[in-house]
Amino acid sequence: MTQQAELLVDDQEKGPESEFETPGRWRTVWRQLLKSRQAMIGLAVLAVLFLMAYIGPLISPWEFGEPDFTAFYQPPSPEHWWGTTQTGQDIFTSTMVGLQKSLIIGLLVAVVSTTVAAVVGAFAGYLLGLTDKALMWVTDLLLVLPTFVILSILAPRLDSGSWLIFVVLLSAFLWMVTAKMVRGMAISLKEREYVLAARYMGLPAWKIIFRHIIPNMSSLLIVDATINVVAAILAETSLSYFGFGIQPPDVSLGSLIAAGTRPAPTHPWTFWFAAVLLIVTVLAVNLVGDGLRDALDPRAKARRRKRRRPAPAAAAGPVRPAAGTGRVQGTSEKAAGKAP
Amino acid sequence: MATETTRPEEHAPGGGGEAPDERVLLETEGVRVHFPIRKGFRQKVVGQVKAVDGVDLSIRAGETLGLVGESGCGKTTLGSAVMRAREITGGRIRFRASDGRLLDVSRLGPDDLRAYRREVRMIFQDPHASLNPRFTLLEIIGEPIRVNEGLSGSALEERVAAMLRKVGLRPEYMRRYPHAFSGGERQRVSIARALALDPRLVVADEAVSALDVSIRSQILNLLQDLQDELNLTYLFISHDLSVVEYLCDRVAVMYLGKIVELSETEPLYAAPRHPYTEALLSAVPKPDPRLRGGERRIVLTGDVPDPSDPPSGCSFRTRCRYATERCAAEEPPLREVAPGRRAACHYAEELELNGVV
Repeated sequence: MTQQAELLVDDQEKGPESEFETPGRWRTVWRQLLKSRQAMIGLAVLAVLFLMAYIGPLISPWEFGEPDFTAFYQPPSPEHWWGTTQTGQDIFTSTMVGLQKSLIIGLLVAVVSTTVAAVVGAFAGYLLGLTDKALMWVTDLLLVLPTFVILSILAPRLDSGSWLIFVVLLSAFLWMVTAKMVRGMAISLKEREYVLAARYMGLPAWKIIFRHIIPNMSSLLIVDATINVVAAILAETSLSYFGFGIQPPDVSLGSLIAAGTRPAPTHPWTFWFAAVLLIVTVLAVNLVGDGLRDALDPRAKARRRKRRRPAPAAAAGPVRPAAGTGRVQGTSEKAAGKAP
Repeated sequence: MATETTRPEEHAPGGGGEAPDERVLLETEGVRVHFPIRKGFRQKVVGQVKAVDGVDLSIRAGETLGLVGESGCGKTTLGSAVMRAREITGGRIRFRASDGRLLDVSRLGPDDLRAYRREVRMIFQDPHASLNPRFTLLEIIGEPIRVNEGLSGSALEERVAAMLRKVGLRPEYMRRYPHAFSGGERQRVSIARALALDPRLVVADEAVSALDVSIRSQILNLLQDLQDELNLTYLFISHDLSVVEYLCDRVAVMYLGKIVELSETEPLYAAPRHPYTEALLSAVPKPDPRLRGGERRIVLTGDVPDPSDPPSGCSFRTRCRYATERCAAEEPPLREVAPGRRAACHYAEELELNGVV
C-alpha cells in the first residue's frame, strides 16, 4: 500500500511531458536542449557566425586578398563595409575568412583534445597498474614540455593550408590537465556500486569505461570542451600574434588581431571587428556548453523544473512544509542529488 | 597457522554437518583473504591484514544463510570473494553449477566464469549509488540481459517489463531515470537487475540497511516472495540481527575474519553458544519495554582487535567476559557442539548464555 503511495507521489513529481514515449537518449537530450533558452541563443549565434563566415566572402564585393589601391586605411564605408587595411585589403572579407579558420580550429581542437583526455584519463584511472603508469608518464612528459616553444618551432615548418596538422598539434598540448582530472574521477567512480554491478555482470573493462565511467563525467567533459574551444582559439591567436600560428596567406582571427594591434589606436576598425567576433564566438560556445551539460544530466531536469515552479507551501504563507509523503520524497531526492 | 588448527575437524562433509553434498550450492573451505601491508620506499610487505581468515561455510540450495558481525569483521570481504571481486589468498570456494558440475570459483575458465556470473548475482547496499544515474531503468535492468543473452529491442523491453512487475514496479516506468524514484523503489530496481538473469545464488550485502524502516519490511517480504517463486538461495550479509532473524534459515556469526558460531536461526537466538553471539544478541533493541532491563546488556569494551595482529588463542578473548587462561593459550576450533550447531569456544557446553526471548 505504501508502495502505491510512493508511486503516486512519483507521478506528481514528474512533469507532464514524461508521459510521452521517450524514443532515445539523443532525442531526449536534443529536446532538453531545445528547451534551454541560453543554449538556443548560443546555438543561434554560432549558426549566424558560421553563416557569416562562409557566405560573407561570397556577398562581399571584394575578393579575399584583393587590394584596393584607392583605399588605404579607410574607415567603414558603403564601399568597404568594415574599412580597409594599410594595403587596401577589405577587412570584412578577410575577417570572415579568418573567422572560418578560427571557428573550425576552435571546435575541432576542443573535440579532439577533450576526447583524448577522457579516454586516456578514464583508462588510466579505471585500469590503474601498468596502464596507468604508462599513460600518466606520457601525460607528465607532455605537461613538462614547453608547449609554446615546440609549437612555435613546428608551426612555421608546416605548409600553408596544412592547418589540420596545426589542429592536431594544438590538441596534443591541451588534453593533459583534463586527463589528470578525469583519471581522479575515474578512480572514485570505479568504487561506485553500479560500476561493481557492471563488473559482476561480466562486462569487459572498455565497455564499462565507455558506458559507465565516461558518461558520468559528462558535465566535467562538456565544461572542459567549452573551455578548450576558447583555449584553442586563444592559443591559435597568440601563436598567430607572434607569427607562429596560421601562416599567410591563410588568416585567422588571431593573425588579424595581431595585424590590427599596431594601427589600432589610430585606425580602430582594423582591430575591433575581429576582436568582437572572437568574444562573441567564445560567449556563444559557453552558452551552448552550459545548456548541453544540463541536457545530458537527467538530474538537472528535475532540479530546473523544481526551481521554476514556485513551491505552493511557501507561497501560502507560514504553513508547515508539505507533510507526509511529499516530504519523504523531497528528502530522498535531495539525497539522490548528493549521492553521485 | 590459525586455520590449520581449525581445519582438520572441519572436514565433516558439508558445512552444517549432516547435509548431503548434493544440496550444497556453494561451499567455502578455509577461505582466506589477506591484504599485504606495505611500507617504505620499496613497498616491502611488513604484515598481513587478515580480513577473512579461514572460513568454512556451506550454503544449501534454497536456504537463506545470514552472515552477521560488527563492521570490520570481514563479512563484506567474504561476500566480495564469493562474487570474485577479490582474489582469495588461500582456501577454496566451490560452486555447484546448474549442470551439476562442481566449479572451483577461483579457477574458472572464461566460459565457466560467464556461467558463474549469471548464476551468482549481487544486491548492493546503497540504492543511491548502485544505479547508474545516466541510465533509464530499461538500460539498468536490461544491461545484464543484453550482455549475456544478446537481446535487444522489444524482446528486451518485454523482459524488463516482466522483471519490473516481478519486483512490484510499474513497467511504464522503464524509461525513467533512477533519480525519480525513492530509496525503496530503487532497491527494487537493484533487485530486478540482480534477478534478470535467473540466478540461483544471490549475495545481498546489507541489502536493506540503507532503507527506511517502513520500506525495509517491504523489501524483506519481496525478497522472501521472490525466493519462494524463483527458488533462490540467499547469502544475506548484515549487521542487523532482527532482520537476519526474520529472514534467515541459518546464521553464521563472524568475528575478526572467522566464523565463531553457525547454527539454525531459532536455536541461535534462543540460546547462543558463543559469548560473542550473546553480546551481539544483548545489543538488539527490545520492542517491549517490560522486557528491557530484565537482564543486563553486555557492553563489549574496546574495539575489534587489529586484524593484522590478532590476539593469541581465541581472537575474542580480549573482550570476552568468560575468558580464561586456556583461551589465551589455545585457539578454539569451530566444532560441533550440538546437532547442526557449531561454535568456536572451549566452553560452549558449560556456559549458560542468554539469548533473546
